[in-house]
Amino acid sequence: MRAPVSDLPLVLDNVSLQAGATVILDRLSLAIAPGAPTLIIGPNGSGKTTLLRLCMGLVRPSAGRVSWGGRTNSAPVRRAILFQRPVMLRRSAAANVAYALAQAGTPRRERTAHIANLLERVGLADLARRPARRLSGGEQQRLALARALARDPEILLLDEPTASLDPAATRAVEEIVRMAAQSGIKIVMASHDLGQVRRLAGDVVFLVRGALCERGPAAKFLDHPTTQEAAAFLRGDLVI
Amino acid sequence: MPDQLSAWQLILSGDPALFAIVKLSLAVSLSAAALAALVAMPLGALLALTRFPGRFSLVVLLNALMGLPPVVVGLAVYLLLSRSGPLGAMGILFTPSAMVIAQTILIVPIIAALTRQTVEDLWAEYRDELTAMDVGPAGRMATLLWDARYSLLTALLAGFGRAAAEVGAVMIVGGNIEGFTRTMTTAVALETSKGNLPLAMGLGLVLVAIVLAINAAAWGTRVWSERQVG
Repeated sequence: MRAPVSDLPLVLDNVSLQAGATVILDRLSLAIAPGAPTLIIGPNGSGKTTLLRLCMGLVRPSAGRVSWGGRTNSAPVRRAILFQRPVMLRRSAAANVAYALAQAGTPRRERTAHIANLLERVGLADLARRPARRLSGGEQQRLALARALARDPEILLLDEPTASLDPAATRAVEEIVRMAAQSGIKIVMASHDLGQVRRLAGDVVFLVRGALCERGPAAKFLDHPTTQEAAAFLRGDLVI
Repeated sequence: MPDQLSAWQLILSGDPALFAIVKLSLAVSLSAAALAALVAMPLGALLALTRFPGRFSLVVLLNALMGLPPVVVGLAVYLLLSRSGPLGAMGILFTPSAMVIAQTILIVPIIAALTRQTVEDLWAEYRDELTAMDVGPAGRMATLLWDARYSLLTALLAGFGRAAAEVGAVMIVGGNIEGFTRTMTTAVALETSKGNLPLAMGLGLVLVAIVLAINAAAWGTRVWSERQVG
């Protein structure tokens, strides 16, 4: 039985985050509703990771308000995050998924079937018994995806999950993300790869210096950006 | 070197007095290590995961207590358990139980301090993932202790090694009674002062062999576990 509460819509209302004198996010307002994947793009240091951490509730804003389904209590109910470098628990691949299922409140007798299903979904069925930390980078990323999906999320946040992967591993991860999106999970994913944006994005959030610079449907943003910064970024110029 | 020859003879012939002493030493120190682990590991994990005023001082104190002199622990436990002491009614002074208590107190700080450090380092690595999975305080402690199990085995062996090697505490609270509370270390001290060097050396050799075996086991576990969990 899942709790009858929802984490959607995810709303950031005039959110700022400062670390000392440095402004990391600057009066950012954003609403995330069910739909096609939202890709967060922007130059390095523009606040993509911090924005995702705020969306997950791992950090609190210095000003403004983040709410999930209208609640400001940050305990994750039906959301999950995939970090750029996920941490594997010192257990087997299957035990990593089992742990996530247990934390999500899946009854013990249902777990075995879920584990097999989730590992199958990310293509790791053959490696179930392998110690998770002995898996390759791409395999670890896929196992982390299985762990995130074990939470049966409505919204899945991903922080440049393919940044350090080779093309084959990137394709495998993108395929899982695409399937997750098709199954109705709202994807919010940071990326620095415009090809990836073109392949996956429904809409785009473009950040510059911690502020929301432009937001819109991916095709429109990629082909007809409205701001100078976005146009420069898409041309490959350095946007500071 | 006739003394050394007879020391080997004692060991190889399976001298019952010698092996009774070895058995008691191991029983006392293993019990102390097990008891201490039960107290110290949750304590260390709790200290690693909580923030409260005075925590810093407590961590410093705990680290300092790793160097607690065995004779001081022996004296404190002696005062507690002596006839006129607060726990005198239990009547366990000069028994193996008193020795287990003294050694437990001696090594709780060692295991707790090493556990705290290990768990705190692991928490730094696991914090985001566990928070994202909404793991509560008790679950965090259990997860971190379990995932640090191989490092914690080293902490446990450090505690056991300390217990097995100390003389002062067991001498004071055990009384070095032959056939009852005489351990390897107290026997070595006594036999040396009596001039019975073969027995002293035989016990010394066994003690060194045990210490070596412990370290070999710790090292082996480390290597094996690294292969297992990466």
